[in-house]
Amino acid sequence: MSLLAVEEVSKRFRGLTAVDGVSFAVGEGDIFAVIGPNGAGKTTLFNLIAGVLAPDQGAISFAGERIDRLTPDAICRRGIGRTFQLVRPFPALTVEDNALVGALLRRPKVEAARAHAHEVLRRLDLYDKRHQVASALTLPDRKRLEVARALATDPKLLLLDEVMAGLRPAETDRMVAILRALNRDSGITILLIEHVMRAVMALAARVLVLHHGAAIAEGTPDQVVRDQAVIDSYLGAEAL
Amino acid sequence: MNPTIYLEVVVQGVLTGLVYGLMALGLSVIFGVVRVVNFAHGEFTVAAMYAAFLLFTLFGVDPLIATVPIAIVFFGVGYGLQLALVNRFVGRAEHEQFILLVGLAIIIVNGTLLIFGADARPVRLSYGFDSFLVGPVIVDKVRLYAAAAALTVAAALFLFFRFKPTGTAIRACADNLVGAAVVGLNVRKLYALTFGLGLACVGAAGALMETIADAKPELGPVYTLIAFIIVIVGGLGSMTGALVGGVLIGISEALAGFVLAPSMKSMLSFALLILVLVLRPQGIMGRRT
Amino acid sequence: MIGSLNPRARVLLLVLLAALIAAPLVADRYLISVLILIFYFAYVGQAWNLMMGFAGQLSLGHALYVGLGGYVSALLWLKFGVGPWLGVFAAVAVAAAFGAVIGWLGFRFGIEGVYFALLTIAFAEFTRIAFDHIDYAGAAGGLFLRVDESGEWWNLRGGTLLFYYLALALAAGALVLTAFLARTRLGYQWLAVREDEEAARALGINAFRAKMMAVLISSAMTAVGGVFTAFYNNNLFPSRVFDINRSIEIILAPVVGGLGTVFGPVVGAFILTPLGEALTALTGLFGINTPGVKGAFYGLALMVIIVLKPSGIWPWLARTLRLTEHRP
Repeated sequence: MSLLAVEEVSKRFRGLTAVDGVSFAVGEGDIFAVIGPNGAGKTTLFNLIAGVLAPDQGAISFAGERIDRLTPDAICRRGIGRTFQLVRPFPALTVEDNALVGALLRRPKVEAARAHAHEVLRRLDLYDKRHQVASALTLPDRKRLEVARALATDPKLLLLDEVMAGLRPAETDRMVAILRALNRDSGITILLIEHVMRAVMALAARVLVLHHGAAIAEGTPDQVVRDQAVIDSYLGAEAL
Repeated sequence: MNPTIYLEVVVQGVLTGLVYGLMALGLSVIFGVVRVVNFAHGEFTVAAMYAAFLLFTLFGVDPLIATVPIAIVFFGVGYGLQLALVNRFVGRAEHEQFILLVGLAIIIVNGTLLIFGADARPVRLSYGFDSFLVGPVIVDKVRLYAAAAALTVAAALFLFFRFKPTGTAIRACADNLVGAAVVGLNVRKLYALTFGLGLACVGAAGALMETIADAKPELGPVYTLIAFIIVIVGGLGSMTGALVGGVLIGISEALAGFVLAPSMKSMLSFALLILVLVLRPQGIMGRRT
Repeated sequence: MIGSLNPRARVLLLVLLAALIAAPLVADRYLISVLILIFYFAYVGQAWNLMMGFAGQLSLGHALYVGLGGYVSALLWLKFGVGPWLGVFAAVAVAAAFGAVIGWLGFRFGIEGVYFALLTIAFAEFTRIAFDHIDYAGAAGGLFLRVDESGEWWNLRGGTLLFYYLALALAAGALVLTAFLARTRLGYQWLAVREDEEAARALGINAFRAKMMAVLISSAMTAVGGVFTAFYNNNLFPSRVFDINRSIEIILAPVVGGLGTVFGPVVGAFILTPLGEALTALTGLFGINTPGVKGAFYGLALMVIIVLKPSGIWPWLARTLRLTEHRP
């Protein structure tokens, strides 16, 4: 049974169909990528899964349970962590406290939560900066903090929304390495929206391509980049 | 009871409400465009009332006429205030701007208390007790003139926003700030202009208000709340909403004061505010953002 | 942030506390009354600080809870002979109930920011006018307790000393409570909700519950201040106790001292109240209208702080005097 099952999900905004009958499944321990041109509906899809929006049609199931009518905090408690496309650290709090807030979900005692937060920060190479105020961080650090914070909630599924955007190639590689190690060591399932093909090719086992809200291709990264429809609508012939 | 009396109470409410509406119009412009939570709105109104009182007592100028110079001065004050002080708070946390204006409000209230004392300062007009007879209804001359003047100022503002290029530019800022900046509009100047126009409304409304109420320092917070109630009930960003809301609050105050007790007249307004906040925060005429 | 005090600062705090406990031995009646005022504003300011500084919910109608606390306890005493040590429970319950209604309306219907502030004002004003007409509670004429310093301390019928130590205990208690809450899971949830509610939700925090807890605790605490004020002043008038100016007075100390900090309200109260009193005394010498002067000073202080030091005086003080420790 797949960990996340999205079935025939649609979402309309006053005449614009943002997500159009999309279906896919993510198995436990997989790394699954969703790609497509801007406006294809990727973030809307994420917001549907994360409970920020409710689908007009279709069903979303997580570990066998329907989650499409749950609130975002209930969904997080079920085991789905998410990052935001435009990072939203808690600006006045330190790096440590940011991660601590996440860790408090499963660890009511502050000291235990803090210890777990430290662990997570170490994994994301942020431990040394833990006393810095989040608003003073550089973008790559903020992106890693965003991931660390979500990770601190001990999710089974991690939703990453364009986490590579704005990073230089070296930083992208660093993030890819961290995510790969995470997936390998803890078996965490990762669903990511990405534009940076370098990262998609390096990370994802399966890729879904969206265009105008609908799924136009699904397969391994190699299959998808050779798909004519994908090339026409998004990648362009040079991507090969 | 004689039904004519109810009609008179309602008419009185409408006329007072139009002056309230002008005051609220200023807030709608300031709050709706510059997004400044002007918690000193009522205090500025009271300051204008005192200004009209001074001009009348010292130079014998009828407040109806004093409306013009007072409005102009208040325009300048608003323009300067926005540029010098409020503009720094545009990007900052909402509560900080709020607190800034609360501080200003406190200063104005206590300043007027210091200068004029706590007693009411009325304006004794020669025609203060005259009235017209419209059908069976007696209408105060003073209230009618004040309401007419308020409508005139409101109409002028409306025409400005509708037909003057600067007015359109200001509306653009309200609709889409980034877009406005991108097409080259000088947002800082437009904000200052808007704040100035908003306070000009307040200046005019205050001068007119002095003819129907007596200036007292403690009225500051009262009018601030009335302005916010009107703007929220009538709909943020809607100019007609401010006037309609003003009339509505004017009538409800007049009726509540008459039917229940004069001291209870605001209760209905506050209940209405709570209702609107909960059920329809965009107000009666506002658009849902 | 919520930096803990370093050993040096802790000693200073203890010395200050000892000095305050011993103060009545050397201070005159006027100074004692000023100190009581300081403790009172530190206390209610801290209660308000929990809701605004920590949970980020702006209430400008906190006088509602002071008034309710005062009236409920005063009425229980006057009509039924129930002393304030019991009456306070009823006072807290009533205030918390009102807080729950306001919170529920606000949070359930998404009334935020300035709109929420206006909601709180509307409730306070409505209640003020209502009490002006409730004859059972004395209406506009007010409620009076017999000034009685007979020494029944359990009924708060005592002299200034009784109220001095009670106020000190309240202020100190509020400080301890805030320091405690700031280190709990709820405290961190409040900070998260304050900083970014949507991001907080994405981390599994039930924002509604967290905000409700803030309102309930804040309103309950403030009501105790109301009980104190009723029995200390021995009178209650709706137009005074529920007035919006009282609500604004409550926010002065926390804003000037430092929103969202543990010591902010205390520091703010210790700075503002003495300065205000000194100004009043000074201008009194020149025969100037004193209520206006003090008020204008507070307004100016508010503006100066929010323009120059929006995070308040305490964070700056703590940094300059090196009173907090940073974890290694």
